[in-house]
Amino acid sequence: MPHIKLPEGLHGIRGAMAFRPETAKPLNELVEVLLHAPNSLTPGERELIATYVSSQNDCYFCQTVHGAIAAAHLDGNEELVRCVKMDFFNADISEKLKALLVIAGKVQKGGKHVTTADVEAARALGATDIEIHDTVLIAAAFCMYNRYVDGLDTWQPHDEELYRQRGKKTAKEGYVTMSKEYIPQQS
Amino acid sequence: MPHIKLSDELPGISAAFAFRPETAKPMRELAHILLHEPNSLAPGERELVATYVSSLNDCYFCQTSHGAAAACHLGSTDTVKQVHADFEKAPISEKLKRLLVIAGQVQRGGKNVTSSAVADARNEGATDMEIHDTVLIAAAFCMYNRYVDGLATWQPREESMYAQMGEHLAHEGYKTPSIKPTNAE
Repeated sequence: MPHIKLPEGLHGIRGAMAFRPETAKPLNELVEVLLHAPNSLTPGERELIATYVSSQNDCYFCQTVHGAIAAAHLDGNEELVRCVKMDFFNADISEKLKALLVIAGKVQKGGKHVTTADVEAARALGATDIEIHDTVLIAAAFCMYNRYVDGLDTWQPHDEELYRQRGKKTAKEGYVTMSKEYIPQQS
Repeated sequence: MPHIKLSDELPGISAAFAFRPETAKPMRELAHILLHEPNSLAPGERELVATYVSSLNDCYFCQTSHGAAAACHLGSTDTVKQVHADFEKAPISEKLKRLLVIAGQVQRGGKNVTSSAVADARNEGATDMEIHDTVLIAAAFCMYNRYVDGLATWQPREESMYAQMGEHLAHEGYKTPSIKPTNAE
C-alpha cells in the first residue's frame, strides 16, 4: 500500500503525478526533453540509458515501462533491452552507447564516480559534449524518478502486457501528451 | 576541470543550466515549486531538507548554496550546521526531524522508506502533501547533486559567493539565475 493516499487505479509515477499536478508538469517536461525531443542520440538509445539506470536502482515500474518504450523504438526488440540490463558490454549496441552506459552507471552510484577516463573513452568513440551532458542528466534524473516512485511505495502491478501497450503509445506520443490521460487538467 | 566545455565564469549547476537551457527550464521550475512557492512547510524547513540530502550526497556546491538559502530564511547559520552534523539535536521541530529521517531513507534508495518512519512523521502532524514533498525534494536532490558532480562543475570555496546566492534564492526563488558571470558588467 502506498505510504500516502494516492488516487486509485493509477500505476507507479502516474499516481504520484496525479496527486501533485504542480510538480508533475516540470517532471514531465524534463523527461520529454531528455528522452523524446529530437537529439543526436536516438530515442531508443536514450530509453536504454533510462532503463539501465532504473534497473540499477531496482525500480520495477521505471525499468519495465522504459524498457517497453525502448523496445517500441527498437522494432520490438525486447531481447536487446534484457541484454542491456544484464550485461550491456555484450549487447548488440554501438561502442559509443556502451561508453555512455559506463558513465550512466557511475552517475547512478554518485556524481563523483565519473572519471575523466570514462569521459575520454566516450569522446574517442564519437560522443559529443551534449551527448555526454544528456547521459549524465538522464542518469541523474532517473535517480530522482526511481526514488520518487519507490519512496512513496506506489502501486506497481506486474503485468508485462500492460507496460508493452503503454510503451508503444508513449514511444509515439511522448510524455507530455500522455500525461493528459491521468493528470487533472486545469481549464 | 569540468568533464565537458562549460562556461568558466559560472559555478556549479549555473554552468550546466547555461549549457543546456532546454533542460534548465523544467529543473528550475521544479526547484521553485518544491522550495520557494507557498507550502505548509516553511521555505527554511524545505531548504534544510535540500541541504541535508546534499550533504549526505557529499555535494559541496548544493549543500553550501542551499545551506546559505536556509540560513537566510532562518536567520541563523548555526541551525544549518547542526542539521548537517546531527539533526536530532538541532533546534527544529519534531515534525521536521521525522521528515528528515524519511529524506535520508530516500537518499539511500526509495525502497528504504519504511511505513514506521511515515507513521512517525504523521504522528507529529505531517500531512500527506508534506510527506510527498519531502520524498520528492530528497529524490530531486539526488538528481541535482549527481548532475553537479557528474559533470565535475567548478565549485569555488568562497563563502561570500554562496551567501550572495543564498540571498537570491531565499528572496527570488529559482526561476532566474542566482549568479551572474564574474566578468559581467
